Parts: sequence; structure tokens; C-alpha cells
Amino acid sequence: MVQLTLPKGSAPKKGKTWPKPERAKNVKKFKVYRYSPEEGGNPRWDTYFVDTDKCGPMVLDILIHIKNEIDSTLAFRRSCREGVCGSCAMNIGGHNTIACTQGWEEIAGPHITIAPLPHQPVVKDLIPDLTNFYAQHAYVQPYLKTDTPEPEKEWNQTEEEREHLDGLYECILCASCSTSCPSYWWNGDKYLGPAALLQAYRWLIDSRDEATGERLDDLEDPFKLYRCHTIMNCTQVCPKGLNPAKAIAKIKHMMVERVA
Amino acid sequence: MTTSAKNVRGLGSAGTGTSHHIRQRVTALALLFLVPWFMYSIIHACKAGYEGALTWVAQPVNAILLILTLSAALYHMRLGIQVVIEDYIGKSGTRQALLILNTFAVFALAVATILSVLKIWFTAGA
Repeated sequence: MVQLTLPKGSAPKKGKTWPKPERAKNVKKFKVYRYSPEEGGNPRWDTYFVDTDKCGPMVLDILIHIKNEIDSTLAFRRSCREGVCGSCAMNIGGHNTIACTQGWEEIAGPHITIAPLPHQPVVKDLIPDLTNFYAQHAYVQPYLKTDTPEPEKEWNQTEEEREHLDGLYECILCASCSTSCPSYWWNGDKYLGPAALLQAYRWLIDSRDEATGERLDDLEDPFKLYRCHTIMNCTQVCPKGLNPAKAIAKIKHMMVERVA
Repeated sequence: MTTSAKNVRGLGSAGTGTSHHIRQRVTALALLFLVPWFMYSIIHACKAGYEGALTWVAQPVNAILLILTLSAALYHMRLGIQVVIEDYIGKSGTRQALLILNTFAVFALAVATILSVLKIWFTAGA
């Protein structure tokens, strides 16, 4: 359901401005979304000034610096710090991406805003609740399904067949794409979203998988699949350079192919 | 309390949507040809004033193409507005009511406009 205004208690207010670092030559201003369910009240925008000479080049370096040196109460997820795990996905400068591969110098403007992924429940600060997103991934049954008895050694695939999976298998499930999609914002409970559909397509075109028909059956629905209106935000934001919009279009082609 | 798996599975897959997808694109394809013809012709016909426009509509080829344009456009509109309603109206009762209203409105427009064209065609020169 469309919500053009934030629910009561969700509109961020002006928060605390933390002191500027002393004797710093290069200082960058960051506005960070803060929310703590224990404390209650509305979320707030806290302002931090970071001595960039003491930081690495990425936004994640900034966040780690803030947590270590300025404000240890700031909560965010991170793990691999090299674009493989997808944990640190957030909205940086109005753009969903992963903080560990986003250079802060690449973002124009006098300050940089950092907020959690949009339109998801917030657990704390920059940590969204992605339970629904993961359940959608599980819905597409992202694993090989076969009826033919398993070969003694392995399921064979030609090099060409394997190439069809390029641009699909690399997804790290960071949720940047799904949470940037307006269709997902309005109908995220029913629309599976670009990330789950990209994975659905990855199994639909796997030469070894025998459940193509059942997979298409599970997707053929005005909401689960056809809420995609090729807005393309998913493709624009994907930090791995993948193209979920194209994968969804190909699922739609498969749907047409089996009826006409 | 429901599990996230139950929420995502919901009422299950409706098993429809593809025919809507195809119809929306086929009507769009038809309109790709019909709308430029319509724009060009209507401007041309209007230059000849009211009587000239009536004469233009009364020509069988124009009348047939006009009816095709109206049918394709209104059907395309019916499908498009359906998507807008489904996108933005979350409450199922309200959504279903608006979807019915959409169908009624489009049928009413179709009957009114197509009959108007037929009337001009059949009564011209009478």
C-alpha cells in the first residue's frame, strides 16, 4: 500500500551535532540516520565531522571511524569489507549501495547522508529488518531441482550453458535493488522484488534444472512477478553491476513463450 | 503471529498475469500505428470545419480505423488503469470496487464513442 507520508513516529528529526575533530586539516560532514527502539521517540539525523586524513577511502571506513573514535553507539552491519558479503548495504547520498565499495569522495555535495535501506522496518540505526526479503529468496527455491536420478559423478554442463549464469550468480543478496524499487515499496509484501526474481531466473535458465515449469507456475501472478514495471532502479543501483530488470524481462519472455 | 514464509507465499500464485502482459503489449503495438494516423487525420479533418470533419468520419475507411483506434486505446487504458489501481490501492475491498468501476467506465466510453462514429457513418448523406 502506498504511504506518501511516513507513519507516526517515523519522521526523522534533527539530532545531535557531534563536536568537530581538533587540529584536523580535512574534515567532511556526515548526516547519519539514528534510531533506537529501546530509547523510543522519532528517528533523528545526527551530524558527525570526520577527519578524513585518519580514514580509508570508503564510506564503511568513515562509519568504522565514527564508531571507534566519535560515537560507539552507532549500529551498522559489516563483515567482509570488500563487496562480497552484502552486509553493509545502505542508502548513501540518496543511493542504495554497499558502504565498503562506495568511495566517499565520489559523492558530491557539502555533506553526505547515510540512512538504512529505504522502506524496510529499522532494527537500529542503519540496520534494516530483512526477514521478508530473505523469505522471498527462499520462495524461489534457489537450488537445483531434478527428478532424474543423480549421476554418479556430477551434473554436466557445457561451457556455453554455464555462461548463461554469468551476471546472475554473482548476486550477494545485499537488497540494494529490491529496496530501491518503488513497486517493492508499495507492494513489498506481495511483489517478490528484483533480487528474488534475478535468482529465480538464475535457476530457470540453468541447463541442469528440471523444475522450469513449476518455477514459472510459482511466479505467474499479477503481484509476485508482474509488479515489475521496468522502472530500472534495481539495475541502476546494483553494486555488483548486475541487471535484475533484464532478468525479470526474460522471465516474462518465458511466460509468453509457454502460452504463445 | 505468522512466519515470514507464510507471509510471502500468501494465497499462492494466481496463475494469471501473462495474458494481461500480452494484451497490453499487443494493444500498444496496434496503437503505435493507429495513433499517428489518428493525430494526422484529425488535424487534417478539423481544418475543414464541422461539416468537413463529419464528411471525413463518414468515409468507411476512416470510420473503421477510428473504431479500431478507440477499441485499442480504451482496452489499453482499461489494462493500464488496472495496473495503477493494483499498484496503489492496498485494501482489497476498495481495490476490487475500483477495478469494477474501471471496467464499467471503459465499457461506457467504448459504447458511447463507437456508436457516435457509427451514427455519423450511417447517417451521412441520408
